[in-house]
Amino acid sequence: MMLLETTKLTRAYGGVVAVSQVDFQVREGLITGLIGPNGAGKTTLFNNMTGLDTPTSGKVYFKGADITNRSAHKICRMGIARTFQNIRLFKELSVLENVMVGLHFKTGKSSTTGRVMAAFLSYLKVVDEYELMNESAIKWLEFFQLESLKDELAKNLPYGHQRELEIARALATDPTILFLDEPAAGMNPSETDSLMKTIRRIRDLGITVVLIEHDMKLVMNICDTITVLNYGQNIAQGTPAEIRHNPKVVEAYLGKEET
Amino acid sequence: MFNFILLILIYTAIFALMAIGQNLITGYVGLLSLTQAGFFAIGSYVTAILSVTYGWNFWLTVPMAALISSFFGLLIGLPTLRLKGDYLAIATLGFGEIVRNILNNWDSLTNGPMGIQRIPMISLFGIQISPYKKWGFLVLVWIFVLVAYFLFDRLAKSRLGRALEAIREDEIAASSMGINVTRYKVWAFILGAAVAGVAGSLQAEFILSVTPGAFTFMVSIMVLCMVVLGGMGNFKAVILGAFIIQFISYFPQLVGLSNVIPPQFKQILFGLILVVMMIWRPQGILGREKRSAPRRLFRSGGDV
Amino acid sequence: MTRGPPSVAEVYLIKEPIVGSIAEFFQHLMNGLTLGGIYALIALGYTMVYGILKFINFAHGDILMVGSYIGLFTFDAIRGQTMGPWTVIAFFIAMLAGMLFSAGLGMAIERIAYKPLRRATRLAPLLSAIGVSFILSNMAAWMWGTKSRKLDYPFDNSPIYLKGVSITPHQILILAVVIVMMVALKLFVDRSRIGKAMRATSLDQDTAKLMGIKADKIIAITFAIGSALAATAGFLIALEIKVYPSMGTMTGLKAFVAAVVGGIGNISGAMLGGILLGLLETFGVALLGIPYGLRDTIAFVALIIILLVKPEGLLGKAEKEKV
Repeated sequence: MMLLETTKLTRAYGGVVAVSQVDFQVREGLITGLIGPNGAGKTTLFNNMTGLDTPTSGKVYFKGADITNRSAHKICRMGIARTFQNIRLFKELSVLENVMVGLHFKTGKSSTTGRVMAAFLSYLKVVDEYELMNESAIKWLEFFQLESLKDELAKNLPYGHQRELEIARALATDPTILFLDEPAAGMNPSETDSLMKTIRRIRDLGITVVLIEHDMKLVMNICDTITVLNYGQNIAQGTPAEIRHNPKVVEAYLGKEET
Repeated sequence: MFNFILLILIYTAIFALMAIGQNLITGYVGLLSLTQAGFFAIGSYVTAILSVTYGWNFWLTVPMAALISSFFGLLIGLPTLRLKGDYLAIATLGFGEIVRNILNNWDSLTNGPMGIQRIPMISLFGIQISPYKKWGFLVLVWIFVLVAYFLFDRLAKSRLGRALEAIREDEIAASSMGINVTRYKVWAFILGAAVAGVAGSLQAEFILSVTPGAFTFMVSIMVLCMVVLGGMGNFKAVILGAFIIQFISYFPQLVGLSNVIPPQFKQILFGLILVVMMIWRPQGILGREKRSAPRRLFRSGGDV
Repeated sequence: MTRGPPSVAEVYLIKEPIVGSIAEFFQHLMNGLTLGGIYALIALGYTMVYGILKFINFAHGDILMVGSYIGLFTFDAIRGQTMGPWTVIAFFIAMLAGMLFSAGLGMAIERIAYKPLRRATRLAPLLSAIGVSFILSNMAAWMWGTKSRKLDYPFDNSPIYLKGVSITPHQILILAVVIVMMVALKLFVDRSRIGKAMRATSLDQDTAKLMGIKADKIIAITFAIGSALAATAGFLIALEIKVYPSMGTMTGLKAFVAAVVGGIGNISGAMLGGILLGLLETFGVALLGIPYGLRDTIAFVALIIILLVKPEGLLGKAEKEKV
């Protein structure tokens, strides 16, 4: 059974079909790449799988359960975490606090009502709870060697660190699947190398990674399997070697060869 | 004159309670809600009706005021909280006006525009706490403020406070990290409403009567001013803001110039404060508190 | 206990529920359309500013009030003693004066209190607008007193009876002005160069700037037009409800509701929303017997319903935030 899969997922906005009848599979333990020209529907597909958008038709299954219409926060609690194309950090919060938000629903009482009551009434618990979360949060920061910056406001971080922080925050939710939306955007080659190592380390923790990327070197190097979208459709699937030589993929990126 | 200062301090406390609630909603979650007048009114009337018509003891009416206000907080929160900030302001303003309208018209329950008079005074262990002898009342209201400050401050520094701030910063990211955004927003509303309801109870016991005319949206605006002036997201600051606004409010009377200075003076000043603060110092006089870890209340002996 | 000056709605709504004949239906229809036209004119100002800046100008109703005062002063100054054709001309000149003053006031407010906050947090311009509203209404009360002032009819306002329906020249005047303004605005926005620039700026300010559109100028023009329309509405209803410092507040609020119901940011939406609200209030009181004191709540209930059912408004398009 696939860890995550979509069947005939379609997302239309009025007349424009962003994603069309897409069957997308994610196998546990593999690093899956999602590529395609700009506007192919990759982020839309991501959004429909993570609960930020609802498909017009088709289904999404996670560990066998139908999550098509679930809201984003519920999907996160089931074990899917993500980062964003344009980095969505909590700018006015500190680096540490950003990661702590990721730990939010994993700490203490599970229902919102319980949490409010607990926070309100048991003042001693606030400090204990903080120290507990602090420990876990610092561990995730150490994963990226960001712990020395823990009290900096997120908005003050240099770009590369911001990207890392976003990943750290997502990891703090203890996900089974991690969706990365263009994690290498704006990075130079050495940063990209570093990212590659990071993704492998994440995989070694047992987390399944799915990434949207344009940097072909990164994608070909690190992905075990790649799916290609073009004009909202799934046009190819396979290993990096297979994809590299697939004529449909070449055509999608470079246009049809003049005959 | 001294009496006046006590009056200002008492009103500061009552409004500080509402400002603390507003701070949670606007300072932490970033929602522009203008609801406090409505919940203030509800709390006042609950205490008035329960103690005058049904003979309840003040101390029992307070939790009821908080509860019923909270209920309305929930009621108004659910439909309006999916709105973007701009619409929310109008919708919440409208709510306050609806409340006042209903209080004005529901004669059988609220006695209409004349309101309810002769509310029995608070008594604590047999001692009457009379609003005429201001000291007792002053101490009482400030105890309420300190309790509220303490509770809300802990709340804000807890996991909950962080979640609220995350929502303010980026709702989409917050929900993707597992936070049920709508629920938390509603909770902020509920808590803000509860504390405003309690403020209303105290107000009823201070004036010893309630009339719909006392709860116009002007109250909501004043409370907002207090938060903006003092510093959004900073509970100490909003209490300071409450004092400054009340001081400005009563300044003409304090210095005996109320014949010279027109009643519109303070309102023009409030308007100016809003505009000027936003352009010049949007974070308020004291600004946000520096981000820090919550501290232990009682230190256990020796360093760990 | 003294009652305050009548509000817009008070004048146009039938006070007791009347069930019945066709004539009565048309009477309510007439009243409702007149009221609705007023709301529509005011709503247009809100919607245009929101469309271009994604911002609600809380002070809009108060700008209406100032415009009405200026119109009143002008009219009283130039109209002369007797009622005749000159009075009517003077009336329109006064209305124009009010419109021009409001346009200028609107532009000034934008420049001073809103422009510096364009890049600030979402809350900042809203709070500033609330502040401006406060300053305007209270300064008016301070300078011109809280007592309401009568604006005399420039013509004989005896009702005309058409098959059992009474129509006053005032109502005809309102409908005429409203229709002319709405058509003019629609043509302007759809056909003229500036109108096109306005639409472009409201869709994507940064790109519009890149295309050579001076966004600041367009924004100023938007405020000017919206304020002028509101002043027109204010001046027209002042004939019945008189001019007083808080005349803008409740009416402005309800016009805002109308804009939201129709679809904020959408000009046709504001027109539709205004008329709809006018009809709802009229028929609500007349047919459903909603108590007179609660008529204002009709607007807020309508607001809550539309926000629950279709928050983008009747003619609005649901905007999905791009992730």
